[in-house]
Amino acid sequence: MTRTHSSLTELTEEQEAATVTPSDDPAAPRRRWWQARTEASRIWRQPVVVVALLVAGAWLVVAIAAPLLAPFDPLQQSSDVYASPGGDHLFGTDALGRDVLSRVIYGARLSIPLALTIVLCALAFGGLLGLVAGYVRGIIGESIMRLTDLFFAFPQIILAMAVAAAFGPSTLNAVVALVIVSWPIYARVIRGAVLSIRSEDYLNASRMLGVGPVAALRRDVMPNSFGPAVVLATLELGNSMLLLAALSFLGLGPRPPAAEWGAMIALGTNDISRWWVSVFPGLAILTVVMACNIIGDALRDRFDPQSVGGR
Amino acid sequence: MGELLSMSGVGVSLPGLHRPVDVLKDVTLDVDPGEIVGIAGESGSGKSMTGRALLGLLPDGARVRGSIVFEGTDLAAGSGKAFRKVRGRRIAMVFQDSTAALHPMLTVGTQLTEHMRRHLGLGRRDANARAVQLMEQVRIPDPARALRSYPHQFSGGMRQRIAIAIALAAEPALLIADEPTTALDVTVQAGILRLFDRLVREMDLSIMFITHDLGVLAALANRTYVFYAGRVMETGPTEELLLRAQHPYTGALLSARPETADTGGEPVPLRPIPGQPATAASSPPGCPFHPRCPDRVAVCDQVTPPLVQVSATRVGTREAAHAAACHVHAPAAPVPVAVPAHREGAP
Amino acid sequence: MTAHRPGSAAPAEPGTGAERTSTSAPVHGTGTDDAAGGTTARPKRSGHGFLRYLVQRLLVTVGLLLGTTVIGFSLVQLAPGDPVAANLSDAALGNPAIVAAFEEKWGLDEPLPVQYVTYLGNLVQGDLGTSQRTGRPVLTELLDYVPATMEIAVPTLLISLVISIGLGLLSAIRNGGAADQTVRVFSLVGLSTPPFWLAILALYLFFFVLGVSPSGGRLSPQFSPPEPVTGLYTVDALLQGDVLLAWDAAQHAMLPILVLTLVTVATLTRFVRSALLEVLRKDYMLAARAKGLSSRVVLTKHLLRAGLLPILTIAGLTFASLLAGTVLVESIFSWPGLGSYAYESATALDRSAILGASLFIAAVYLGVNLVVDLLYGLADPRVRLT
Repeated sequence: MTRTHSSLTELTEEQEAATVTPSDDPAAPRRRWWQARTEASRIWRQPVVVVALLVAGAWLVVAIAAPLLAPFDPLQQSSDVYASPGGDHLFGTDALGRDVLSRVIYGARLSIPLALTIVLCALAFGGLLGLVAGYVRGIIGESIMRLTDLFFAFPQIILAMAVAAAFGPSTLNAVVALVIVSWPIYARVIRGAVLSIRSEDYLNASRMLGVGPVAALRRDVMPNSFGPAVVLATLELGNSMLLLAALSFLGLGPRPPAAEWGAMIALGTNDISRWWVSVFPGLAILTVVMACNIIGDALRDRFDPQSVGGR
Repeated sequence: MGELLSMSGVGVSLPGLHRPVDVLKDVTLDVDPGEIVGIAGESGSGKSMTGRALLGLLPDGARVRGSIVFEGTDLAAGSGKAFRKVRGRRIAMVFQDSTAALHPMLTVGTQLTEHMRRHLGLGRRDANARAVQLMEQVRIPDPARALRSYPHQFSGGMRQRIAIAIALAAEPALLIADEPTTALDVTVQAGILRLFDRLVREMDLSIMFITHDLGVLAALANRTYVFYAGRVMETGPTEELLLRAQHPYTGALLSARPETADTGGEPVPLRPIPGQPATAASSPPGCPFHPRCPDRVAVCDQVTPPLVQVSATRVGTREAAHAAACHVHAPAAPVPVAVPAHREGAP
Repeated sequence: MTAHRPGSAAPAEPGTGAERTSTSAPVHGTGTDDAAGGTTARPKRSGHGFLRYLVQRLLVTVGLLLGTTVIGFSLVQLAPGDPVAANLSDAALGNPAIVAAFEEKWGLDEPLPVQYVTYLGNLVQGDLGTSQRTGRPVLTELLDYVPATMEIAVPTLLISLVISIGLGLLSAIRNGGAADQTVRVFSLVGLSTPPFWLAILALYLFFFVLGVSPSGGRLSPQFSPPEPVTGLYTVDALLQGDVLLAWDAAQHAMLPILVLTLVTVATLTRFVRSALLEVLRKDYMLAARAKGLSSRVVLTKHLLRAGLLPILTIAGLTFASLLAGTVLVESIFSWPGLGSYAYESATALDRSAILGASLFIAAVYLGVNLVVDLLYGLADPRVRLT
């Protein structure tokens, strides 16, 4: 069947419906991730997404400018124990008289870079395995995917606890533990993206034109896996933040007296009546994670919704 | 005025991003009892929306203008209650992809009888008896067993037959067949087309056959409407329309078919239609086809041509008009039509 | 509940991806029937399909179980420090006979593969090692703690399922409307909330401020636990006919259930919504409406029938991750369940205890997964009959 004939007759009902959108060019070829301009600009115009971006941006500023913003030294103990919020201490003080606001501000310096590190390491490791598994099929690809199945059988937090406990509690070990438990999802998603691209006609075409596998990987596969990877990484950023907080809540993260949000929440359990000790770090986690989730959702809506699976 | 169905001046718009988006514009169309009416057009021409509009199953927020008079009632007037009365009962629909249109987890029997029992008020036993009868009518072997089976256990052609039986279950007067053979192999397709032909003769039934393939309509439809960008571009008795296409778009459609002409084995060069197909929403001012039209004149991008009758033929018991919406080939003031030489590709 | 990643679970469960797709392919090719109304295609039915499916699922599960033990064993190997010191209490370490017995039992002087086989052999016999903290076998301890977790996990799952299916259905059929937006925002907040933080807030509100809830534990001090039958205090107390005891146990369970339900509903609703939306987009839903069926029939019979299977899968996975998710919540409510056990073991760096707990939860996870797969096979004719 010739090209013209198919363009005349073979568009599906779905495409027919899609052509209703005025800005849509019905004959546009497969879009790459950066080409979805019209939809993207629409997404950034949603107020919720704008707020999420502002919140995320504000936290980044807080993390960078913590010494300028924090009214006190986050580790400085004082005799002013369990001061209520207000007055000198806007968020109150904890059991050792440390300023909760300053600790929340400095916490951003710890939690955000750590979560980013976890996501980047897991993305690099899982993504690489996913690329290989999608591109080299047969025994190697299969084994990689069975290995990810295996990791999915462990509930993340439990495996992370086991790893962190086995290696001993420290910031580095918490990060290692979380990378170990979070790489499989990247492998799965990236492999899925590679497989879907592999079957595309233009890849076959370029193979027929003599483009080698490495060149095809660089030219076609990598750019097209980029969208799903970005979406997943954004969504996983929030998840990593929650897991990191959970580990340090359990005492398996950064060692005291480090101002880590999860560990700060744990301090609140000592005296349940001093609500401010745990409420403010909790709010910090909630806002950052929510911002990540909203941005991730918006990104996913922008990219092919199928590519990130059921997340 | 069609005795069964008469749509006049029907426009449909869907909620768009910034403002409503038109998918149908000023469609006038009628169907007589016992008639097979073809609707042809490219994707985005609004042909499927016509079918959904008749069932009142347009996407949320759709607005309908004009009148849809079916068996004497204007369905489009009022709150959609009229649609609910006829849906599945007097007007039924067969979809393009039977795999997708049959529920994978309900038995064929359940899907065949559930609405039949509701609409015809039959008991379980009577409904089952009628189901067996319907299965025989659409030539499904071993009907009793088929009723206990699930859709995935049948081949594509068989599934489409089942879908047709389901559509016919409540004795509708009008069957809307939306590209019912597109997903099938050519041989299977021929069987389904014969089935439609036989059903119209055996039952008290009219069919609106929606397709992108004018060739399919040649053997099947009494009359045909050609849609483009949500408008009717040309209509007439099918044979007349195919042999003496007036609208350049109909001609282009015909010569874009790979196996069109009866040229005694000579390969016919395939003539793609240049340019992008317009939709109702994206159509330019004037005639929506003018950017792609070889016969374009100055007025074409200014004024939208109305449907103008070029001849009338007797089809069955009625006078059927051949009309086209084209400034050049069907001008509002009747002048002798000179068909340009290069359009002889249309048989 | 942090452990239960909202989205990863659906594609995550082993065996529901490629394998399932391949088993649900249509039986016949197309085109077997032809023109005059074909007589060749007949519905076929095979009794062996499900058996093969069952065996296949069993094999996959056993393979994954073995794999989890490899991970567990590797962790023990990779962990720095002396496994003897890590597993025996200080008192036991001073006793050379105990140390020698320990080394012999786990084959610590043998090469690694032999050690693994020994490890596996001990596991199969239910020996998950000895808790360094308490000196008791890990399995015995786990069996003590599991019923407490069940007492909050089972009600949480049931309540969450009812609420999530309701909210998800509402959200899906009002896609884009106000109700949908509200449900989605609620779900988003729930997903982004650290569950342990929520537990502290709930405790502050209901115990400290309102005083309507006990501060923690399974029973008030004046009560003693009922005769263990199921291990669930509420049920056991009712079996004894002690309504007061049952009420006290229920009161203690309420707050943990509330917190876990909030978090679970947030994730489940999202799943239910997208599962139902996917079904709603299918042609057969349009076809059902085109048949003139009432909305009630279309929603209950056609929509839920197709949507329940994915929901069932997710429910199974949610249950397994609830067992893990309680980790962070139980410790706050001093609830002596699996989570508290894991938490206490982790903070005490009790290696064999935490590994035992992980392997146990992984085994439950795989078991639930297997059951869900089999139910799926029974419920979906495409799997059942192929």
